[in-house]
Amino acid sequence: MMGFENQGFEEAQLYASREEMESLVLDDDGDNINGDNDPSSRSNGGANGDGSQHHHPLSPSLPFAEISTTDDDDPLLSSSSRHQNPNSFNSLLEPPSYADAVFRSFDGDRGKQINGHGVSSTSSPSSSSDYLKISVTDPQKEQDLNNSLVPGGNTFVTYLITTWTNLPEFNGTEFTVRRRFKDVVTLSDRLADSYRGYFIPLRPDKSVVESQVMQKQEFVEQRRMALEKYLRKLAAHPVIRRSEELRAFLHVQGKLPLMKTTDVASRMLDGAVKLPKQLFGESVVSAAVDPNDVSQPAKGGRDLLRIFKELRQSVTNDWGSTKPPVVEEDKEFLEKKNKLQDFEQELSNVSQQAESLVKAQQDIGETLGQLGLAFVKLTKFESEEAMFNSQKVRAADMKNVATSAVKASRLYRELNAQTVRHLDKLHEYLGVMLTVNNAYADRSNALLTVQTLLSELSNLNFRIEKLEAAASKIFGGDRSRVRKIEELKETMRVTDEAKNRAVREYERIKENNKNELERLDKERHDDFFGMLKGFVANQAGYAEKMASVWETVANETSGYAKGS
Amino acid sequence: MQQRSPNGGGGLQSPRSPSSQPPFLSVSVSDPAKMGNGVQAYISYKVTTKTNFPEYQGPEKIVIRRYTDFVWLCDRLFEKYKGIFIPPLPEKNTVEKFRFSAEFIEMRRQALDTFVNRIASHHELQQSEDLRTFLQADEQTMERARSQDTGIFKKKPSDLMQIFRDVQSKVTDVVLGKEKPVEESNPEYEKLKRYIFELEDHLAEAQKHAYRLVKRHRELGQSLGDFGKAVKLLGACEGDALGTAFSELGAKSEMLSVKLQREAHHLLMNFEEPLKDYVRAVESIKGTIAERANAFRQQSELAEMIKLKEIDLNKLRLLRSEKMLDAEHEYEELKADGEEATKRFETIVRLMNEEIVRFQDQKTRDMGQAFHEFAKGQARLANAIADAWRSLIPKLDSLSVS
Repeated sequence: MMGFENQGFEEAQLYASREEMESLVLDDDGDNINGDNDPSSRSNGGANGDGSQHHHPLSPSLPFAEISTTDDDDPLLSSSSRHQNPNSFNSLLEPPSYADAVFRSFDGDRGKQINGHGVSSTSSPSSSSDYLKISVTDPQKEQDLNNSLVPGGNTFVTYLITTWTNLPEFNGTEFTVRRRFKDVVTLSDRLADSYRGYFIPLRPDKSVVESQVMQKQEFVEQRRMALEKYLRKLAAHPVIRRSEELRAFLHVQGKLPLMKTTDVASRMLDGAVKLPKQLFGESVVSAAVDPNDVSQPAKGGRDLLRIFKELRQSVTNDWGSTKPPVVEEDKEFLEKKNKLQDFEQELSNVSQQAESLVKAQQDIGETLGQLGLAFVKLTKFESEEAMFNSQKVRAADMKNVATSAVKASRLYRELNAQTVRHLDKLHEYLGVMLTVNNAYADRSNALLTVQTLLSELSNLNFRIEKLEAAASKIFGGDRSRVRKIEELKETMRVTDEAKNRAVREYERIKENNKNELERLDKERHDDFFGMLKGFVANQAGYAEKMASVWETVANETSGYAKGS
Repeated sequence: MQQRSPNGGGGLQSPRSPSSQPPFLSVSVSDPAKMGNGVQAYISYKVTTKTNFPEYQGPEKIVIRRYTDFVWLCDRLFEKYKGIFIPPLPEKNTVEKFRFSAEFIEMRRQALDTFVNRIASHHELQQSEDLRTFLQADEQTMERARSQDTGIFKKKPSDLMQIFRDVQSKVTDVVLGKEKPVEESNPEYEKLKRYIFELEDHLAEAQKHAYRLVKRHRELGQSLGDFGKAVKLLGACEGDALGTAFSELGAKSEMLSVKLQREAHHLLMNFEEPLKDYVRAVESIKGTIAERANAFRQQSELAEMIKLKEIDLNKLRLLRSEKMLDAEHEYEELKADGEEATKRFETIVRLMNEEIVRFQDQKTRDMGQAFHEFAKGQARLANAIADAWRSLIPKLDSLSVS
């Protein structure tokens, strides 16, 4: 579930009769309702598919201001315009009221939000002066010169990655580099290896099917936005933003200097060759397990044997009658894990309901707009065909209602755009939960490695004891047996070393988990409170606006009230 | 339960009333009750009449009536008072499922109440004998009257619809210049007819959206409620200050969900129904237009026949035939019929001219009230929403720092 961009919600801003509504000029003197389709006033783009931004803070010629929710191309421009947007309501409505002031103060807090949602990501409060801003632009097609079977065949897309930073490990404050999607995959894999136990943001999907099915331009744009979001999330993570891998990715010109994801097929072959040796590992002095490898999770190919052993161990853990040698004893951790699982479930539920809510808000706004339009047409009809004064009066009343309905409809649309922005946090955290699960998996894997090695050790020990017992019965010793015992002891020594490393690695990952959980709690607290406040202020503000629109009409028609 | 007529109740002029007190006739339709079982089930209504008209019994009379009784009354009036826009009835329900939903019953009751009151406050219609029967006769008499109503007097809704279609196509034909006029060639009347037909289209669209708006309120209420529930569960998971914040939000959402449902109902009864009523009224006018066309056709046909008979008669006079006396007799009869047809037609024309003025005035008032209720309801809802959320803000502020 990676596709939690805003795109689904952007569609929410497009209406069937959108053109008609936009072309209505709502003058306050209410005299000219223009039902014609005027293309010149239709300049507010919809879901900015072309990537360009339309910011119309207070342009009087346009009936309403678009509040965009897409990620900006230009992060430097975005923060200022976002502060303007809440202020830029329909300039034909009342001037900014208290409601607007409250809006702005909530939106001003966005700079504090840590899991940077499309805006320039600031660092954690402790070092608030350094920054690392990234943008992804300018997709270009390039030729793959090495791997093409067909001359002039394989093409791929590269993106321009621009970084602005004042972090010391980077040489320079602004630089660019070209990367392709494969590079991103590599980056992501290397980070996963180096930062086990951390909540590492998930990279965008490979989307193989989509890349074939979608229009090229659309797909590239979708991918560009996803990449930008991903890199910004990496830059927002207090530990990962300082990583060597990210630095290399952002800074090093030319080919990405990170080891590519190993080709599984070739490693399988590799492993198959080595396997007989490994299975009869006793005959080789080199240990069955390379001590250094224990700090990596078991992978395909070379690590076949290790995978077999760890699998056997995990089965023993699950089904065996004896307790595994090292057990996850951290009760606090287990409690926390369960709680987070519940949390994830409820969050998913809320996220779904939030989507329905947004849809319902969109629908009601749409219907209000259509109702308004129907009344506009009716008004025009009655005024044109009026044979009696009562018709003229009715037409005037109707026009009031019609324009108010259209106004209310636009307010709903704006309300919804904001609601989407706020409630999107829920979706974001669903994504974060996935990263948490990955981090837990790192921990389990590391634990399994330790357990496997401990089993190995006890196994070796047992065999040594058996041999020693047998050898001692023979007078003068059994030369072959003695030699065997020496070999086993050597193996055990190496394995013990490996075990120690594995334990250290496990402890390290546990520590990472703990720190990350603390960080998550704090960020979640801040983010969700921000979301709640924003959502509530938003709802209140727009409701007040709508109330005043309708109160005006109610007053103007009070003469018709029942009993009056 | 509405007791007062929407047109302001009493104070109606009845030219025949001799009493010193101003004459009044006020009716209310109330207390719907389900009668019978299964397929035979129907709703009965209490119809209460308060009046000082001399032809009516006592100051107050209560009878029990069902929907088909109202239909009978409407048909009789339509037949007897050609030229007058008979107030419209709510539709005969076709969807079994909704048959006895509380909302449907209430909407129907309200519409029936409006129907009867409009008749009671119309200076001509209130004199109707059929109205008196409807308001006073006991159930058996009513039932007999209903079942006797066959043949020439009974116009089934399907007949009416056919007439509408005829009129509609004839109007189009004339407008397009396709048919030679067996119709009036009155430009003002043509304008009126076109107006009525176009009006119906506009109104139908507005009503459609109004109905959708009601549904949207319900849907929004539903999602907000579900959202609130889910948020509360999340809050329980979170615990601490954040958990409390979520719970508060959830509670507010659920509360507002109820308000939305209520507003949906208010919107239905006070905005969508009047619009639907408007549409029905226009359909009723189309019926009157059809009647006028009929009357005109009869008049022209008779005029034709008279002319031909005159020619015939003169021929016979010249020939001094024995048939001449009979022919003269027939001629005189035809002339009398012709005069009557002309009188009927002219009455319809006169009445329609008065009615159209009344209709426009009435509709401006009705719509004005509907708009007022609509705006009031929306304002009320919006204020409730704003208040609820505003009240949450200081709580959220204090929780976020605790």
